[in-house]
Amino acid sequence: MDIQHPRRNLAELAWTPLRLLGALVDFPLRAIQRIVGIDRMPYVFLLPNLGFFGIFVVLPLFINFAFSLTGGTNLFLSDRVYTGTEQYEFLLDCENFVDSGSCREDRFWRGIFNTFIFVSFQVFFLVLFSLITALILNREIRGRGFFRAVYFFPVLLSPVVVALVWKWILLRDGILNAFLVGIGLEKILFFVSPQWAMFWAIFVSIWAHMGFYTLILLAGLQAIPPDLYEAAEMDGTRKERVFWRITLPLLWPNMLVVIVLALIKGVQIFDEVFVLTGGGPGTATQFIVQYIYNTGFTNQIQNFGLASAASVILGVVLFALTLAQLAAARRKDGTNV
Amino acid sequence: MSEAAGIRFSPVSLLRATRGRGRLHWTDVFSYGYLAFGIFLMFGPVVWLALSSFKTPSGLLEFPPTLLPLGQIEVEVDGHDKPLPLYRVTHDDGSATELAQIRRIGIVAQMVDPVDPETRIKVPIDRREAVREFRIAWENYVAPLQRFNFLIYLKNSVVVTVVATAVTLLINSMAAYGLAIYEFRGRNAIMLFVIGTLMIPITVILVPVYLVVTELGMINSLWGVILPGAATPTGVFLLRQYMLTIPRDLIEAARMDRASEWAIYWRVVLPLAAPAIAVLAIFSIMWRWNDFLWPLIVLNRSEVYTLQVGLNAFQGELDVQWHYVLAMTVVTLIPVIFVFAFLQRFITTGIASTGMK
Repeated sequence: MDIQHPRRNLAELAWTPLRLLGALVDFPLRAIQRIVGIDRMPYVFLLPNLGFFGIFVVLPLFINFAFSLTGGTNLFLSDRVYTGTEQYEFLLDCENFVDSGSCREDRFWRGIFNTFIFVSFQVFFLVLFSLITALILNREIRGRGFFRAVYFFPVLLSPVVVALVWKWILLRDGILNAFLVGIGLEKILFFVSPQWAMFWAIFVSIWAHMGFYTLILLAGLQAIPPDLYEAAEMDGTRKERVFWRITLPLLWPNMLVVIVLALIKGVQIFDEVFVLTGGGPGTATQFIVQYIYNTGFTNQIQNFGLASAASVILGVVLFALTLAQLAAARRKDGTNV
Repeated sequence: MSEAAGIRFSPVSLLRATRGRGRLHWTDVFSYGYLAFGIFLMFGPVVWLALSSFKTPSGLLEFPPTLLPLGQIEVEVDGHDKPLPLYRVTHDDGSATELAQIRRIGIVAQMVDPVDPETRIKVPIDRREAVREFRIAWENYVAPLQRFNFLIYLKNSVVVTVVATAVTLLINSMAAYGLAIYEFRGRNAIMLFVIGTLMIPITVILVPVYLVVTELGMINSLWGVILPGAATPTGVFLLRQYMLTIPRDLIEAARMDRASEWAIYWRVVLPLAAPAIAVLAIFSIMWRWNDFLWPLIVLNRSEVYTLQVGLNAFQGELDVQWHYVLAMTVVTLIPVIFVFAFLQRFITTGIASTGMK
C-alpha cells in the first residue's frame, strides 16, 4: 500500500496550477509538432527567446548605427535627416584630446576623462581589496561563511540603496562629519569638492561590488591543489615566497578574468554615482553613460543622434574589452566561454 | 570548515585560531584585524541607515547625531489642548526640575510644572534640555505609504519582479531545452548568437530600445520595463549547461510513451532542472528588484514608478524629506535581506560557478 506523507501531498498541490498550465499548452504544441515534425521542434522552443533577442537587442543594435548617422530631434527613424558622420565628427572634434576644454562637445570628453580616472583607480583598488579579502577568507579562520557573507551582502543591494546609504553618511551634518568634528577637525563638504566627490564615487562602488570579485577569486584560490602548499611547508618555504611563487601564478588566470570583468563594469558606471552625486559638483563625476543618458533623455533638446553616436563609441570600447575577457576566460579553463 | 560554525565564535577563540602552528604569524593578526574592520565597514553604514530611519525629523537634524532614535517625552497638562514637550530645567541654585514648555519666545521659554499647571515660569532656553526616551518614529514608514505614492511603487516593483521573472524563466528554459536536448542544423550558430548578445549591454543600446518600446506603445507601462530584459544570455547558458547533464534515457523513455516534445520539456526536463531554475529565479528577482537605469528611462509618470525610481525621485527633490527617504530605503532593502538570509548559498555558488551577476 502506498501511504503518502501529508506534507508531500500539500507540496504536490502547490504545483497543480503549473501542471494544468502545462497540460493546456500541450494541446496547441502537440498540433504544431504534428505540422512541423519532431525535427523542427527545437526551433519552436527557441523562437520566443530569439524573438526577444531580435527585437530588443539585435534590431536596436542596427537602429543605433542608423540613429548615429542622422540628425534632428525626431524619435522615429523615418522623420530623421541623414547627416552621415556628422555626429561622430562633432563628438571627436578636439584641438587637443588631453584637454576636454578644447573640444567642441566638451561634456563628452569630460565624461570620457572622468570615466578614465574612475576606472583606473576603481579597478586597481577593487581587485586589490578583493584579492586581500579572498586570501584572508581562504585561510583556516573561524566563521569563514559568516565573514564571506559580510563582504558579499552589498552586492545584492540596489544601486539606489547603496547610494542613499552613503549619502546619508556623507552629508554635511552626517555621521562622518560628526566624527571629524569629534576628533577636532573641520567639517568637509564632500559633495562640493570635485576631488572628494570622485573619491567617494570610487570608494562607494568598490564597497558595493567587492564581494562579487572576492567570490570569484576565492573560488580560484580553493581550486589550487593543497598538496602544493603542503610540499612548500615541508620545505620550510616562507609564507611570502609561497604567495609569490605558488598562489599568485596559479591564481593569475582568475585575476585576469576579474580585472577585465571589473573594467567592463567600470566603464559603464552610472547608477550609484548618479544617485550619490548627480554627476556633480559641476561635471566632476559625470561619466560616459550619464552623458548618453543626459543627451538622449533629460536635456531640453533630446539629441538621440548624438547619444547614439556616443553609444556606438562606448560599444566599441566594450567590445574590445569583451574580446579580452573571452581570451582571459579561455586561458583560464580552456573550453568555457 | 562548516558554514554554520560561523555564527558561534567567541572573540578569544577567534584570536587563538591560527593555522595550527600555535604561534601567531603577522598575517594572522592582520587577518583578524581586517575581518573585524570589515564587519564595521560593511554592516555599519546599513545599520546606521536603519537606525536613522526610526528617528523623527527633528531627531535627524541633530548634530552630532544620537546613535539611537530618541523622541522627546510629551505630557498632558490641564488647561492645554495639546500635549506639551517636557524639559529638564537647571535652576540657579543647581537643582533641576522637569517642566513642560508652553511656548518659546526668542531665547526665553514659557514653561509650566505639570503638577502645578497654574504658575507659569520663564526660563532662558540654554537652561533647559529636552527629556528624551527611546522611541521609534513609525510614522516615517506609514506616512509615505499612505500619503505619497510609495504603496503604488511597491506594487509596481512587485509586479515587475514577479512577471519578469516568470517570463524569463519560461522563455530561457525553453531555449535552453532546445539547445541542450536536440541535435539540429544551426545549433552552434544559435549558441554563438546567444553568447554574442552578452556583449551588448543595455547602456550601449539605450536610444534604439527606447524607440522600439515607444513603437510598441509601452512607454510609461510596466511591460516596457519587463520585456526588453526578459531574454537573458546568462540564463540560457546556465540552464543549458545544467540540462546537458540530464540522462537521455529518460527523454527516450518518455518519447516511447508517446509524450509530446512539450510534455517532455514541461514534465520531465523542467522538474529535473529545478536547481538551476532556482538559481536563475533568484538572480532574476535580484536583477529586477534592483533595476534602475532602464526603468528610469521608460517610466516618466509617478503612477508607474518602481520603488528604485520613486526613491530616486524622492531623494532628488529640492527639500529632501530624509525621514521618509530613509524609511523607504529600508523598505526597499527588506526583500533583499530576506533573499540574502535564506538563499545566500545558492547565490554564492551560482556566482562562483558561472561568474554572472
